[in-house]
Amino acid sequence: MTLQDARATVGAATASTVPLLSLAEVSKVFNGELVALEGMALDLFEGDFVSLLGPSGCGKSTALRLIAGLSHPTSGRIAWGGGQGAGDLGVVFQEPTLMPWATVDHNVWLPWRLRGRGFAQMKDQVTEALALVGLEKFARSYPRELSGGMKMRVSIARALVTHPRLILMDEPFAALDEITRHKLNTDLLELRAKIGCTIIFVTHSVFESVFLSSRVVVMAARPGRVIRELAVDAPYPRGEEFRTSSEYAAHCRAASLALHDAIGENA
Amino acid sequence: MRPADHTAARAVPELDEEEASRACAHRLERLGKWTLPLLVLALTIVLWDRICVWNDIPQYILPRPGLVAYTLWHDAPVLFPALLVTLRTTALALLVAVVGGVGLAVLFTQSKLVEMSFYPYAVILQVTPIVAIAPLIFIYIQSKLVGMLLCAWVVAFFPVLSNTTLGLDSADHNLRDLFSIYGASRWQRLRYLQLPSALPYFLGGLRIAGGLALIGAVVAEYVAGTGGVGSGLAFTILESSYRLNIPRVFAALILIASTGVAIFMALSLLSHLLLRKWHESAVKRET
Repeated sequence: MTLQDARATVGAATASTVPLLSLAEVSKVFNGELVALEGMALDLFEGDFVSLLGPSGCGKSTALRLIAGLSHPTSGRIAWGGGQGAGDLGVVFQEPTLMPWATVDHNVWLPWRLRGRGFAQMKDQVTEALALVGLEKFARSYPRELSGGMKMRVSIARALVTHPRLILMDEPFAALDEITRHKLNTDLLELRAKIGCTIIFVTHSVFESVFLSSRVVVMAARPGRVIRELAVDAPYPRGEEFRTSSEYAAHCRAASLALHDAIGENA
Repeated sequence: MRPADHTAARAVPELDEEEASRACAHRLERLGKWTLPLLVLALTIVLWDRICVWNDIPQYILPRPGLVAYTLWHDAPVLFPALLVTLRTTALALLVAVVGGVGLAVLFTQSKLVEMSFYPYAVILQVTPIVAIAPLIFIYIQSKLVGMLLCAWVVAFFPVLSNTTLGLDSADHNLRDLFSIYGASRWQRLRYLQLPSALPYFLGGLRIAGGLALIGAVVAEYVAGTGGVGSGLAFTILESSYRLNIPRVFAALILIASTGVAIFMALSLLSHLLLRKWHESAVKRET
């Protein structure tokens, strides 16, 4: 199945009422005393773009690690649609997290390689994923030869290459300059329009969360918990027009107020 | 202004003062990298020769450099076979040190219990002087070759073990998480993540181990005191000093030191070739 086919599948499933992922009263306590996450509830449907927005220590990354299966909840339940496990997941970290000793195409091949698929066998998929992020000409380059933004694109291509059901993005653009960040935000939405993937996106930025998401989940810290969920009902595709619209400003205002409350609750 | 004039007006500017001075410093640095050590060597040889002449030092105390060079040439049929013996012991010891060091490091990273159990003893083995252990080794092991190899290995394996263990544990934690998310097996994690991450550390350890393997081989030869066919440079030094053939002692010493330098350079070249495309230590930068 190509990435374009995946889009059609996701599109058909978008109307589904069964959540792709459901978190029910999920809590995580470290060392028996540090409550990183308390009673988090979240339903995620196919095609959703959900941002987790909140101050440091509100449990955003902990929630992502629990969903990725890197850690287990102390209480509560994480259920996947259709009773399956997590299955394919794509992950993009704050850092590009590339293997410096491998070329760009071998980095993108990694998820397939770990499933025992040879490079020759998966070359078309790797090339397609690189083409989606506009880096097919850099397939044989080493990560050190790329800029910060390009490295992050490679990281996104690697997350896409297996056509995952869900992509988890943990502040992927936080370390980039503002101009590159704007560009990658726009590119990410274009990419999503092409392949129709479901995304959970962790960010500190109100503006980024509103621009990208269909829903913004605002979280508070100590203990980490969800305090509000805002729907951003502006239609996709979104571009500069949306970014400069009064509608965008209104959503940002609402998200800022919710974030202010979240911070205020910890102050 | 016409386009042609515009282009002419924007001709490539000449180097400014700072850039010119930086370029000059860079040229001098490249030149000095080779010429300065050679100059120091030449001055040392001249000074050595003058000290011998001015103080009228007999050749059985301190031979003049010319005589050492002549001995190196004249005694080549004795010195070079001995050098080959020492080289063989060094190479074998280094090979065993690499296999043993990397093998133990992999074992340590696969099981914390094994690391906790054995690492302190590896440290003890390293910090105990080899000259203190070597006589015991030659009492318990009949084969001189195996004994010498063991001595050289004891000295050389620790940097490989220590550096490789550190390297295997230094893989990017996000990449570790990524491998877990993609369901990597222990073997895949080792092969595709930990071993490549450890490569620069291992090569750093290897460069140290190369020199130490030579030192271990020389010490082992001293202690073993093998004579006749198949004896190495250390025995040649020992035997020559008993005969007061000091020029040959110096010639053998020069061969050992040159071998050490050659081993270091060969391993540095290997390191450069393996890392030049991706590791910061080997990548050339513009500034």
